[in-house]
Amino acid sequence: MEQRGLDTIISQHEFFSGLDPAFSELVAGCAKNVRFETDSYLFHQGDEATEFYLIRHGRVGLEIKAPGRAPMRFLTAGEGDIVGISWLIPPYTWNYDAKALDLVRAVSLDATCLRGKCETDNSLGYELMKRFVPALADRLHSTRLQLLDLYGKPA
Amino acid sequence: MEMAVASRDLIADPMLPSLATVVERRRELSDVWTLDLEVEDPAVLAFKPGQFNMLYALGVGEAAISVSGDPDGATRLIHTIRDVGKVSHALSHAEPGTQLGVRGPFGTAWPVEKAYGKDVVVLAGGLGLAPLRPAIYHLLANRERYGRLAILYGARGPEDLLFEDQLAEWRGHLDVQLEVTVDHADTRWRGNVGVVTGLIRRADFDPDETEAFVCGPEIMMRFCAEALYDAGVAGDAVHLSMERHMKCAIGHCGRCQYGPYLICRDGAVFAYDKLRDLLTMKEL
Repeated sequence: MEQRGLDTIISQHEFFSGLDPAFSELVAGCAKNVRFETDSYLFHQGDEATEFYLIRHGRVGLEIKAPGRAPMRFLTAGEGDIVGISWLIPPYTWNYDAKALDLVRAVSLDATCLRGKCETDNSLGYELMKRFVPALADRLHSTRLQLLDLYGKPA
Repeated sequence: MEMAVASRDLIADPMLPSLATVVERRRELSDVWTLDLEVEDPAVLAFKPGQFNMLYALGVGEAAISVSGDPDGATRLIHTIRDVGKVSHALSHAEPGTQLGVRGPFGTAWPVEKAYGKDVVVLAGGLGLAPLRPAIYHLLANRERYGRLAILYGARGPEDLLFEDQLAEWRGHLDVQLEVTVDHADTRWRGNVGVVTGLIRRADFDPDETEAFVCGPEIMMRFCAEALYDAGVAGDAVHLSMERHMKCAIGHCGRCQYGPYLICRDGAVFAYDKLRDLLTMKEL
């Protein structure tokens, strides 16, 4: 059976679609395959953001806990999505929990390794930034729509 | 012969309601009810998907309500109503045996025939699933005439999902992609959380060969239409069902004016390219 290399898996993921093969190799150097059983956690709010994830299979629920309230799920990430942006922004701490809702298969990317490569090779850093900024803008837009309460009952 | 036609036309006065009797009333959500009506005038049953009727709660008033039942071979008129005002409260609380007035059907329809041979995306938000349900019935009954079919449905929370039994049934169709999402949920909810526009990316369709039917609150339709347009679906292939307060339903009173259009006469279903500029206009 043909074993696909991590660089191939990464370049075939929606988030890295069209990535220059040289960059795929660099990114793959920080990557490993991971799996999470149903109801296990990828990470917890407050922990250090040491990785981010390319979801290959399954769904991940992003949840916020607040005192005196039941935990709220604000997003479900699925195949082709990324989970984790906090690794890019100091102090590199997760702001929410990420829970596997099914069996999740993902590529985990080591944050320290990737930040180091981006510092060394700014063109890789710029390439990553071009992919993360639209993802961030998309999350911001979605949050605005949630705030608009699209289905709010008429006054 | 001509006299007979003229006489029939006089009787078919669109301002004159015919009588209907509530035969069944079902609670869908905390404030949403579905009524099954038996009608005296069978012409009322000859509706197309997306059309609406003026339902008259006798002595209270009239409201425009889309038909939510199956258009093919309908023997009863089915309407799903949210209790939001005096008239809709009276309608939604009409017990079996209550008589109502009905005028209709009125308005434009979902262009289900224009979609023959194409992929179809049905995008519903909240109670917007009700006016789309007749189109879904039609699409499923004529499945071989269409390409891929994606039904995308968003609601505020799990407790606001309409027609849950039917969603489960549609999910069972192997040739239908059904995606449901809610804006917020607690951690007991096993389904998808996220805004409805996010489902478009997951849907399987060829944007060059797709007709999209969108119904929900206006702000939701605006963002969904923009997202479909950004995904490559042409403006004249995205169809929205608009809502304004209607009185006469035949384009006379002007109560439902929306820019250059009267919703009751020119809609309620419009192609997005006709509405694109209007949807972002303040206080329209």
